[in-house]
Amino acid sequence: MTTVEMTQTRSRDGWQIRWSDLGPWIALAVIVLVGALINSNFLTSANLGNVITRSAFVAIIAIGATFVIASGGLDLSVGSMMAFVTGVMILVMNSLAPTYGASAIFMGAGVALIVGALCGLLNGLVVTIGKIEPFIVTLGTMGIFRALITWMSDGGSIPIDRDLRAAYRPVYFGSFLGVPIPIWITVAVVLVGAFLLYRTKFGRRVQAAGANPEVARFSGVSVAGVRTMAFVLQGVCVAIAAICYVPRLGAATPTTGQLWELQVITAVVIGGTMLRGGRGRIWGTIAGALIIETIANLMVLSDMVSEYLVAAVQGVIIIIAMLAHRFLR
Amino acid sequence: MKTIMKTLLTTGAALAALTAAASAQERDIVIAVSIPAATHGWTGGVVYHATEAERQIEEAFPNVDIVLSTAQSASAQASALEDLTSTRDLAALVILPFTSEELTGPVENVRDTGTFITVVDRGLADDSIQDLYVAGDNIAVGHNTAEWLSEQLGGEGKIVVLRGIPTVIDDERIQGFTEVIDGTNIEILDIQYANWNQDEAFTLMQDYLAKHPQIDAVWANDDDMLLGVLEAVEQSGREDIRYALGGNGMKQVIEMVMEENAMTPISTPYPPSMIATAMYMTVAQFTGQAPMRGSFLLDAPLITPENAEQFYFPDSPF
Repeated sequence: MTTVEMTQTRSRDGWQIRWSDLGPWIALAVIVLVGALINSNFLTSANLGNVITRSAFVAIIAIGATFVIASGGLDLSVGSMMAFVTGVMILVMNSLAPTYGASAIFMGAGVALIVGALCGLLNGLVVTIGKIEPFIVTLGTMGIFRALITWMSDGGSIPIDRDLRAAYRPVYFGSFLGVPIPIWITVAVVLVGAFLLYRTKFGRRVQAAGANPEVARFSGVSVAGVRTMAFVLQGVCVAIAAICYVPRLGAATPTTGQLWELQVITAVVIGGTMLRGGRGRIWGTIAGALIIETIANLMVLSDMVSEYLVAAVQGVIIIIAMLAHRFLR
Repeated sequence: MKTIMKTLLTTGAALAALTAAASAQERDIVIAVSIPAATHGWTGGVVYHATEAERQIEEAFPNVDIVLSTAQSASAQASALEDLTSTRDLAALVILPFTSEELTGPVENVRDTGTFITVVDRGLADDSIQDLYVAGDNIAVGHNTAEWLSEQLGGEGKIVVLRGIPTVIDDERIQGFTEVIDGTNIEILDIQYANWNQDEAFTLMQDYLAKHPQIDAVWANDDDMLLGVLEAVEQSGREDIRYALGGNGMKQVIEMVMEENAMTPISTPYPPSMIATAMYMTVAQFTGQAPMRGSFLLDAPLITPENAEQFYFPDSPF
C-alpha cells in the first residue's frame, strides 16, 4: 500500500519539495545552528571534516540497514559482524603481505567483501528458510561474530602489519579534491543505494515485501528472496565500512564496533525509514548518521553538560528530533 | 586460539586425572582459579598469564593441580563456583571477581567448605571472607603519572583527561591523578568518558583538539585508549601536545617506552599478571612453609626505558 502511495506522490509532485523527506535534514540544520552558537570552533573545517568523516562508518552500514529494515527485517549483528570482518581482513592482509607487498591490501579488501556478503547471506537464509524472527536470528549471530573476534584476538588486538599500515593509511586519512576519502566512499555507496531502492524493480520489491508481505507474494514477488538479498547487501555494506575502518586505528579488537547496531538503527529510523518495514529513505538515513555524530561532537564541545549526563542529553535530543519530524509531516 | 586449546587440554587432563583418581596420588592439592573470560585487552592478559602460571606451577609442583575456569558474566562465575565445589575438594580458590557485590555470597559459600580464599583485583563487599588479597594500586597509577607529568611540565600547563568506564577502578585512578594536579598550576581543560575503547578515545581526542587551541599534555588513563589518542594527535598535525600518557602497561606502549618515544616516554603498570602473583602466593601457602594470609598491594612504579624489559611480555595478547 505504502509503495503505491509513494509512487503516486512522486509522479504528482514532480520537483515539488516534500517536507516529510526534509525533516531529518531540517533537524540536522537546527543542530548545526545550535552548535555554531555554542562554540565557534564547531564550524571550523577541521572539526566538520572530522565529524563527517567519522560518521562514514555508521552511514555506510546504515545504507544496508535501510534495505533490511524497509524489507521488514532487522539486523542486530552489524557491529559484531564489522569486528569479525575487520579481524579476518587484517589476518588475510598480514599473511599475504610478505609475498604480495602492498597489493595484499586489495586482496584483503576483496576477501572482506566476500566474507561480509556470506555473513549477510547466513543471516538472510536463517531468517527466510528457517522462518525465525530476524531479531532473534541476528541476536544469535551478534554473539557468534563477537565471540569469533574475541577468540581470534585472544581477547587482545589484531594489529595490521606496520608496512601495510603506512600504505593503507590514506584510505581513512587521505583526501581527494580536498574531500576525505571515506566521504567519497560514502557518497558512492549512497548513490548506488538510492539508485537500487528508488529506481529498480528490486527496490520497489524491497518496500513491497516490507509493507505487506502477503500482497507482495500474490503479486509475484519472492518475499524470501528479496529479504535474503537485503541481508546480503547489508553484509557488503558492513565490509565496505570495515575497509574504511582498518586504516584508522590499524587494529581489530573485541570492542571494535561495539553497540554500533544501535547507532545504525537509530540513524535509519531518524532518517524516516519505518522500523516495521515498507518505507525506506536512503538520504534521510545519511542525515540520521550525521545527526548522531554531530550531537556527540557537540556534547564534547559544549561545557554545559556534566560528563555523567552526556548520554541522557543525547537521548533527549534524539527523541526531540523524532518528535519534530512527526509534527513537520 | 592458544588459550582455548590450552584450556581444552587442561580440562581434558583434569578429566583424565579424575578418572584415574585412585591411582594418581601425586596431584592431591587442588587449586581452582576463576577469572573473567577474555573480552578486552586487559582480561585477555589475565587469561594469558593465568594459563602460563598454571603450566609453570604444575611443572614445578607435581602435587598441585590447578583448575582454571573463565566466566562470561558475574552470574556465570557464581555458577562456575558451585560446579567447582560440588565436583571436587578444593584446597584453595583464587578468584578475580566480576563484580564485588554479586560474588560475595557465592565466595563465602566456598569459604564455608574450608577452602583457602585468594581474592584478586576487585575486593569483595566483605573483607573477612578472604585469606589473601592481591591487587594493583589504582590510586598510585593516577598519582605517579600526575607526579611525573607535573614535574615535566614544571607545574603548569593545560591538559585534557580521558576517563574509562564509570567504575571504582576509573574513579580511583582519576582521584589519584587529580589530587596531585590540584596542588599545581596545571589546568585540566576537559575530562570525559571514552569507555576504555580505542575508537571512542580517537573521536574524543579529535573533539578535544577542535575545542582547545592549546593542549600541553593528555592523560588517557589506559594504554588502549592512548593508542586512539595518538592517532588523533598525529592526524591533526598539531605541535603543541608534548606528552600523551596512558597506563596499564600494554605491550605496544611498553615498546614505545623502550624506543624512548618523545611523546610517551613512560607508562604505569596495572598488570594483568597480578593473577600469576596471586596463584604463586597461594601455592606457597600449601607447598612451602610460607604463611600467606594478608593483603598484598602491587606498587605502580613508573615504567621507564631502563626498567621496561621487566614489564614486557611479547607473547601476551595485552
